[in-house]
Amino acid sequence: MLSRDPRNAAIRFIEKIGRSTVAGIEEMGSGGVMFFESIYWLIAGPRMKQPVRIGSIFVQMMEIGIRAIPIIGIMAATIGVMLAIQGIHTLKIFGAESRVVIGIAFSIVREFAPLITGILVAGRSGSALAARIGTMKINQEIDALQVMGINPIRFLVAPALLAMIVMVPALTIFSNFAGLLAGGVYVGASLDISLAAYIDETINILRVEDVMHGLTKSVLFAILIAIIGVVNGASVSGGAEGVGRVTTRSVVQAISAIVITDMLFAFIDTR
Amino acid sequence: MDKKAVIEVRDLVTHYGARKILDQVTLDIHQGEIMVIMGGSGSGKSTLLRYMLGLEHATSGRINVLGQELGALGVKEMFELRKKTGVAFQGGALFSSMTVGENIMLPLYEHTRLDRKTMEIMARLKLEVVNLAGFENLMPAELSGGMIKRAAVARAIIMDPKILFMDEPSAGLDPVVSSALDDLILRLRDAMGMTVVVVTHELESAFKIADRITVLDKGKILFVGTVEEVRNNPSERIQNLLNRRPEDTTVDPDEYLRRLTGEDLGGNAVL
Repeated sequence: MLSRDPRNAAIRFIEKIGRSTVAGIEEMGSGGVMFFESIYWLIAGPRMKQPVRIGSIFVQMMEIGIRAIPIIGIMAATIGVMLAIQGIHTLKIFGAESRVVIGIAFSIVREFAPLITGILVAGRSGSALAARIGTMKINQEIDALQVMGINPIRFLVAPALLAMIVMVPALTIFSNFAGLLAGGVYVGASLDISLAAYIDETINILRVEDVMHGLTKSVLFAILIAIIGVVNGASVSGGAEGVGRVTTRSVVQAISAIVITDMLFAFIDTR
Repeated sequence: MDKKAVIEVRDLVTHYGARKILDQVTLDIHQGEIMVIMGGSGSGKSTLLRYMLGLEHATSGRINVLGQELGALGVKEMFELRKKTGVAFQGGALFSSMTVGENIMLPLYEHTRLDRKTMEIMARLKLEVVNLAGFENLMPAELSGGMIKRAAVARAIIMDPKILFMDEPSAGLDPVVSSALDDLILRLRDAMGMTVVVVTHELESAFKIADRITVLDKGKILFVGTVEEVRNNPSERIQNLLNRRPEDTTVDPDEYLRRLTGEDLGGNAVL
C-alpha cells in the first residue's frame, strides 16, 4: 500500500536523498581512510615487515605515466593549437593578435595542462585501477591477500597512489611543453612571429607561481584519481556486471572531482 | 590422536545486516585431523570459514586459532598467525596478473628473505606435491578448473602451514579430478601432519576424507562426530541431508499471505 500514498512517496523521496547523502559521506570517509592508510604503510611498512615494494611502484608508474605519454602529448598539443586559434580569432576584435601569447601561456600552464592530464589519466588509469581492484575482490583475491598476511592497501593501493602522485605532475610538465610548443608553432605560422621570439616571450610572461599553481593541482588530481578508483573498486558487488558499473562510476566521479577541485583551487589560490 | 585443539570456536554469533547467520556455534578442531564442515546452501558453513580466517568481525563469541584469540590480536600478531595458516579458496583466487609460479612464491617473497632461486625450487616442490610440475610459467587463465584448485592448494601450503583451510575443494569438478583432490588432502595430512578444515557440501568427498564431520544447518551446529556417527545418526534433518531429501517446511498461512502481499514487513523495511 505504501507506494500509492502520495505522502509516503514524498517521505520516501526525502529518505532517498538522506540515504544517498549518508552513503556519499561514508564513501568520502572511506576514501580518506584509504589515503591515510596508504601513507601509513609507505612510512611504517618496512618496520612492520610489510614494505611497499619499489618494483610494484615502478610497474604502476610505467602503466600510469610512460604509456600515457603519446595520447597526452597529442591532446596537449591539440589544446595548444586550439587556444591559439581561438585567441587570435577573439583578439582580432581589438587588433591585438600578438597578445595571444599571454593567453596561451597562462591558460596552458595554469589550467589546461593539469586538467587534460588529469582527465586522461582518470580515463586510462583510474578506471583500470577500479576494474582491477573490483575484479580481485569478486575473485576473492583480496581475501587471499588478507589470509596470506599481506595487507591489500599496502600491496595494491599504496604503489598505485604513489605512482599517481609522481606521474601525474610529471605528465603535466610534459603537457605544458607540448601545449606551449604546439601553440607556438601555430602562432608563428599565422602571425609571422619566430618560434624563438614566442618562447622568449612565454618565458618572460610565466612566473614560477604559475607553473606551481598547475603542478599543485595535478598532485591533488592524482590523489583524487587513485582514491576514487580504489574506493569504487573496493565497493564492487554483483559479479562482472558490477565491475563494469564501478569502472564507469569511477571515471565519472574522478572527472567531476577533478573539475570541481580545479575550480575551488583556482578560487582559493588567486585570492 | 592428539586431542589438542588448534581451533576453538566458542558461542559464535554473527549477523549479515539484520539477518542472523551463525547462532551460538561452538566447535573444537583438533590437531592433525581433517574436519569437514558440511551443510546445505545457506547453512552458514562458508560464513563460519570466513570467521575462522579472521576476515569478518563477529557479533559475539570468540575464536581461538593456534591458541590466539582472533579479535584480540594486533596487526603484527595477525600477520604472524596468518603465516601459519594456508587457505585454498573456492575459485582458487590466484592472482591473474602473475604466473602460477609467481602466485605460489608470493607468500615466500613477502614473508621470507630467501633468494629467488630457493623460492623457485620450493615452489616447484609444492607443484610436484599437487601434481602440477612444469606448469609454473603458465598464467592462471591458461589452467583448467581442477588445475587452478590444485595450484591454489600449492600456494596455500608453500609456507608449510599448521592449518590448511579449503573452501569447497570439489565444487565444479568432475568426479575423477575431485577424487584426486581428496587423495591429495589425505596425503597432505599424512605427510605433513597438517590440520585440514574443509568446507563442502559434497557428501561423497566428505565421507572419504573426514576424520570428523560438523553438520551445520541454518546457522546452528546439528552434530559433530566421526563419519560412522554421522551416518548412523537418527536425527531426521541429518538423514534428510545425507539422503538428499528436500525439507518439508511447515507453512503458517498468515505468514505466507503476508509474505506474498509484501505488507507489514515491519516499519522501515522499504526498499
